[in-house]
Amino acid sequence: MSLDALQEVWFTLNQNRLRTFLTAFGVFWGIFMLVLLLGVGQGLKNGIEQSFSSDVRTSMWISSNKTSLPYRGLPQGRHIKLQESDVDFLKNQFPEINIIAAEEPLGSNFRADIYVTYGQHSGSFSVLGAGANYFKIKKSQNYHYGRRLNDLDEADARKVVVIGTKVAERLFGNEYNPIGHQIAINGVSVKIVGVFYDSGWEGRMSERIYMPLAAFQKTFGKGQNIGSIAVVPHSDVDNVALSERILGMLKERHKISPQDNTALRLFDLAKETEEINNTFTGIGLFLWFVGLGTLMAGIVGISNIMIISVKERTREIGIRKALGAHPRQIIYTILSESLLVTLIAGYVGLVLSVGLLELYNWMTNEYGIELPYFSHPEVDVHIAIVALLILVCVGTVAGLVPAWQAARISPIEAMREET
Amino acid sequence: MISLEGIHKHYTSDSRRLHVLKGVNLSIDDGEMVSIMGSSGSGKSTLLNILGLLDTYDHGAYQLGDTVISAGLSEAKAAQLRNRFIGFVFQSFNLLPFKSALENVALPLYYQKIGRKARNYRAEKLLDMVGLGERTKNMPNELSGGQKQRVAIARALITDPRMILADEPTGALDSATTDDVMTVFKEVHRTGKTIVIVTHEHDIAEQTERLILLKDGQVERE
Ligand SMILES: Nc1ncnc2c1ncn2[C@@H]1O[C@H](COP(=O)(O)OP(=O)(O)OP(=O)(O)O)[C@@H](O)[C@H]1O
Ligand SMILES: [Mg+2]
Repeated sequence: MSLDALQEVWFTLNQNRLRTFLTAFGVFWGIFMLVLLLGVGQGLKNGIEQSFSSDVRTSMWISSNKTSLPYRGLPQGRHIKLQESDVDFLKNQFPEINIIAAEEPLGSNFRADIYVTYGQHSGSFSVLGAGANYFKIKKSQNYHYGRRLNDLDEADARKVVVIGTKVAERLFGNEYNPIGHQIAINGVSVKIVGVFYDSGWEGRMSERIYMPLAAFQKTFGKGQNIGSIAVVPHSDVDNVALSERILGMLKERHKISPQDNTALRLFDLAKETEEINNTFTGIGLFLWFVGLGTLMAGIVGISNIMIISVKERTREIGIRKALGAHPRQIIYTILSESLLVTLIAGYVGLVLSVGLLELYNWMTNEYGIELPYFSHPEVDVHIAIVALLILVCVGTVAGLVPAWQAARISPIEAMREET
Repeated sequence: MISLEGIHKHYTSDSRRLHVLKGVNLSIDDGEMVSIMGSSGSGKSTLLNILGLLDTYDHGAYQLGDTVISAGLSEAKAAQLRNRFIGFVFQSFNLLPFKSALENVALPLYYQKIGRKARNYRAEKLLDMVGLGERTKNMPNELSGGQKQRVAIARALITDPRMILADEPTGALDSATTDDVMTVFKEVHRTGKTIVIVTHEHDIAEQTERLILLKDGQVERE
């Protein structure tokens, strides 16, 4: 568009500021809401992702409970205990398994109920023995200080631990590096070699202390019992089929009825992740739907106002045509008006909504307020580009009907109209 | 030269067919200044609109200079020819109320894609010529009827058209301003432009070289 044409369009828009403003507002609001909703959707998604634990996403966690059915003369209500030997058994039985590891809690499985002290400071945390390869599964743990537990720790049954950030904060304060210090777990002294952050359960996985399983069993007088076995299959393996077969084998080994659904629990992270992802794809689609709906309302609004505007300007357009304006030039002008309004309004909407999201991010950074399951709302560049493309289409579509009507105005009839 | 032969035009409104022009024969030489008279409803404006390519005719033949104007001339083509060859002056001025005198005069050149500077330069010269060199910045509502019509004439002239078509240009003016406007027309005529003026006033008709009288949809007398 030439500067001259732009000036001409600008001039007409300036003619009726209220009308222009109303037209612009519909689009502004549409884009503003669309981007905001998409940003919020992304924030929800980020929030959920953050609350995923650091475990490899394809891992499956098997734990045991009481039987609910009698089987082969054994009564129901029998406590099943997984054994360290189950780990070796599964590993030998299933070549599909890539990584397998065991964990055993000192206290109850999911409660932070072990008394831990460092000097004057103390707190209750979960303490677990972590078998070989365990930290290959806790892959995405973020180590603030020190290192993971490794095979040597396990082989030598060293009395060392890695502690979560929450534990470190409680016992050592915020900024202190606790590596090399001894803490007492139920009165037994162990040395800290690492401090990690695990995002699982909204960060509550960081209230844990891990110790090599061998040392753990020795130190706390544990037998061969295992709380949970974690399995990561090779990447081309179907988790669901494998989990069925693993459960089948374990049920047979522990004399559990094949129909018993409570004695063994299997938590398939991949499945959970997928379900959550599906939910969020759904929410994402819904947000697009709502956003585009708002935008559509904007289009209809623009179109209507422009149609009225063309009606009001019938005489003006007629005169322009009498003076030699080509119908194409009239269409071009009306479309330009519509497009210019849309682009400016849409751009402002885009900037303001992205600005608002950024403001939220800045505030959460600065003041540390975080909403649960909501983190870092953002729109990525290609969504912004899509929004911009939508805008151009919107502007054109909205201008189409009025432009068509304007082009069809007959100069004689237009000028016959009373002023 | 402009020539019309056997031009017919009818309107249909409310399913009533109104035969307005019933075989108009007419020729106007280049540089001529003619007036068209006739009773109200005799089809003067209709004829002028056909001459000015604002309207199409049913059948007959129309030649505008070297160009044959067919009965079914497309709007796009008409717009082009209008912009190049014809300037209009209307009874009700038809200035755009939100544009200054200068911008109104310059507007036809916008549709020829001529730059703003060049447009305004020519518009200023023409406003000077019609005696409004001092009023270029005024909006139409700040001008008297006679001044508005002079702005309209300047606008009609800016594309340097072959002919000026004026439909009762003095119909809304008092006698003093009518004289002003007619003076401008005569000046324009002296520069060699063809001028066709539709009027009800004999005074006006007498100031032109030839009178065409319309009656019952035909040229009754020349
Ligand atoms: N668009 C139209 N539809 C229907 N009838 C029309 C239309 N335009 C003009 N007429 C009719 O055609 C006839 C001629 O109209 P025209 O405007 O040409 O008359 P005129 O000679 O200019 O009259 P006046 O001196 O009053 O301006 C009139 O009866 C008018 O009502
Ligand atoms: Mg008339």
